[in-house]
Amino acid sequence: MNLADPLLLARLQFAANISFHILFPAISLALAWVLLYFKLRFDRSGEAAWMEAYRFWVKVFALSFAIGVVSGITMSFQFGTNWPGYMNTVGNIAGPLLAYEVLTAFFLEATFLGIMLFGSGRVSRRVHTLSTLLVAVGTTLSAFWILALNSWMQTPAGFTMIDGQAHPTDWLAVLFNPSFPYRFTHMLIACGLVTAFLIAGISAWRWRRGDHGADVRAALGSAVGLAALLAPLQIAVGDLHGINTFHHQPAKLAAMEGLWETQRGAPAILFAIPDEAAQANRHEIAIPGLASLYLGHSVDTEVRGLKEFAGAHPPVAPVFWAFRLMVGIGLLMLVVSWTAFWQLRRHGRPGPLTGRALVAMTFSGWLALLAGWYVTEIGRQPWLVQGVLTTAAAVGPAPAGTVGLSLAMYVALYVLLLAAFVSVLFYLARQAVAEREAPGLNPELDPFRAGARHAREHRHA
Amino acid sequence: MPDLTQAAGWLPLAFMIIMGLAILIYVVLDGYDLGVGMLMVLADAGERDLMVASIGPFWDANETWLVLGIGVLLTAFPLAHGIILGALYLPVAVMLLGLILRGVAFDFRVKAQDRHRPWWNRAFFAGSLLAALAQGYMLGLFVLGFARSPTTVLFAVLIGLGLAAGYCLLGAGWLLLKCEGRLQQRAAVWGWWALWLTALGIAAVSLATPLLSPAIQARWFAFPDIFLLAPLPALTAVLFAVAAIALRRLPARLAAGDEQGVWHPFAAAIAIFVLAHAGLTYSLFPWLVPQRLDLWQAAAAPGSLAFIFAGVVVVLPLILAYTAFAYWVFRGKATHLGYG
Repeated sequence: MNLADPLLLARLQFAANISFHILFPAISLALAWVLLYFKLRFDRSGEAAWMEAYRFWVKVFALSFAIGVVSGITMSFQFGTNWPGYMNTVGNIAGPLLAYEVLTAFFLEATFLGIMLFGSGRVSRRVHTLSTLLVAVGTTLSAFWILALNSWMQTPAGFTMIDGQAHPTDWLAVLFNPSFPYRFTHMLIACGLVTAFLIAGISAWRWRRGDHGADVRAALGSAVGLAALLAPLQIAVGDLHGINTFHHQPAKLAAMEGLWETQRGAPAILFAIPDEAAQANRHEIAIPGLASLYLGHSVDTEVRGLKEFAGAHPPVAPVFWAFRLMVGIGLLMLVVSWTAFWQLRRHGRPGPLTGRALVAMTFSGWLALLAGWYVTEIGRQPWLVQGVLTTAAAVGPAPAGTVGLSLAMYVALYVLLLAAFVSVLFYLARQAVAEREAPGLNPELDPFRAGARHAREHRHA
Repeated sequence: MPDLTQAAGWLPLAFMIIMGLAILIYVVLDGYDLGVGMLMVLADAGERDLMVASIGPFWDANETWLVLGIGVLLTAFPLAHGIILGALYLPVAVMLLGLILRGVAFDFRVKAQDRHRPWWNRAFFAGSLLAALAQGYMLGLFVLGFARSPTTVLFAVLIGLGLAAGYCLLGAGWLLLKCEGRLQQRAAVWGWWALWLTALGIAAVSLATPLLSPAIQARWFAFPDIFLLAPLPALTAVLFAVAAIALRRLPARLAAGDEQGVWHPFAAAIAIFVLAHAGLTYSLFPWLVPQRLDLWQAAAAPGSLAFIFAGVVVVLPLILAYTAFAYWVFRGKATHLGYG
């Protein structure tokens, strides 16, 4: 790895920006719908617990939304500052999709966010609920456009090349390109899992600290239910997505599976250390025939190996490992969410081990999400747009020093913001627990009185 | 100018108008909230909360106009997008740093631990200032076609300071409208100083621009155009006078509980920005990269432009309508914000 290489630095910068950015829209996309659910439950039942759950999680929503917006603005500038070749070549396709995202999604969510967050005293309950719905619709629309574009970069369709520039011939084919339905569904469910485990984790954390309020119960129950529903669904959709990749991006699939030779009866490799120099795996543990079976639904299915794509396949190890990390977390999610769901049904509370597992998995969705993105994005290399434009051809002329400087600045800022986000998240949870223990007394806001009361209780005990 | 009856002629022009409008709306809307952010350094703790409350429901949508402006540049003029943003690499990064700090500080300053709060307030101020300075600096480099020399950098810094002052003027005008009592009176005083700094900035820039750019000089001082253009600076001077008189009288009037004319400074500031924008448009049209790339050379394929244009025609009026609705919902004086 040569850190004076502007191409590598530009890629690292884009990866840093998009990895940081994606964490927050993933939360706000699904959390908007969860908040709408809390609000509708409250509107229908009048139970205060749903409103309390709404009030707690809307703070997290506001925070994630703000970080998502500002880091998203960075993304829109990155195309021009670092990747001018991208817009020069496929601007006629990418441009309109990005424009529609701004026009139909960004304004909608940003405008109604104000009313959703601060407007409940100024508009009717119905308009407030409608605003929450419009924000949720906006976040989902935004994902629609950006994933249509990302999928088009993976499996381009509906265009023709004229003088080295892509020109659209069929917009429906551009939007609904071969990998789009799978990627979009896979991503929406992933956002749901990120949010479900976030809510379940924080709620379990409050529960374990003795905060057994009805709002914690409501949030925990909803989140565990959502996770238990989505985890198996995601595994099924992921399998379909993999089959789609098998047909349209065989080099990426070969890297995901760690297969070097083209073969029938291809094995599913559970563990291996891929060695690109030797074009082979070391310490391989595999189940014979299984990969052919799940990719082609027959042991006879031929799976093309990496050697067929010599010089034009992605780096194997990162794709191979990221894929296993994602699948591993997905399976863990299934086990934990079903166990927790069963315990909540049966005993009305999570068991001690499950509670701890839920807390430990608070951010597991983020990890799986990033791993999945690395599989699909690194897996597309050396292409930026599969078969149309290589990453190396799209990079801009900015010198290594300039790119490196701005990269260092972004990374420092992102580390700080991530730490602040996680710390504030648990601070809000701690506050909520303290509020429950001593209503009206908040030790963070009023340490003296809360401390005095704490001491008094000790004396009595 | 190409044949405007053809799609390849009028579509790029239409997008130029849309982009110009988006940037103007951005500068006015985010200008007032960045201005409020900069003025926060002068306010005490209680006032700060109310100042943030006055922009809380709006800032997010305000900033989206920047995304639309840059989005049109990216999508309608892909060739110019790379050149412009490549030439402005570091100032863009600084502006983004500022906007990120400002945007997240909004939420963190009310949610974070007490001992962190002063830092988020500082981040809020610093972010607003950085974004304003960087935007002005970029405008300065852009006007001169990205030439880098000590003179052009000095010129760009000057525009940066002038724009920051102009944003403070907008911010003070906004606070006059949305606040009451002592904060409102203080806003009038802040507005007074911001007005003079803005005037100084605009005067300096108006003198320096023709000296540094022969092309702009030729355009403004040609005969007989100069007579048609004379009303522009004259009107700007009148607006400054209107704002100055209002800001001079307001503290005493507000102290007596009289709100008459309280909207004059904000309206005058908006009008000044509109005129400055018109002047710049006249100076630079039809260039996207001054003297190098015009809007027709930089445009995307007509088919793609037509596809976006259909969306713009349908969606933009909707956006304007629900933006107006949001401003109507939060009309009147700002109150402390609470989630509900």
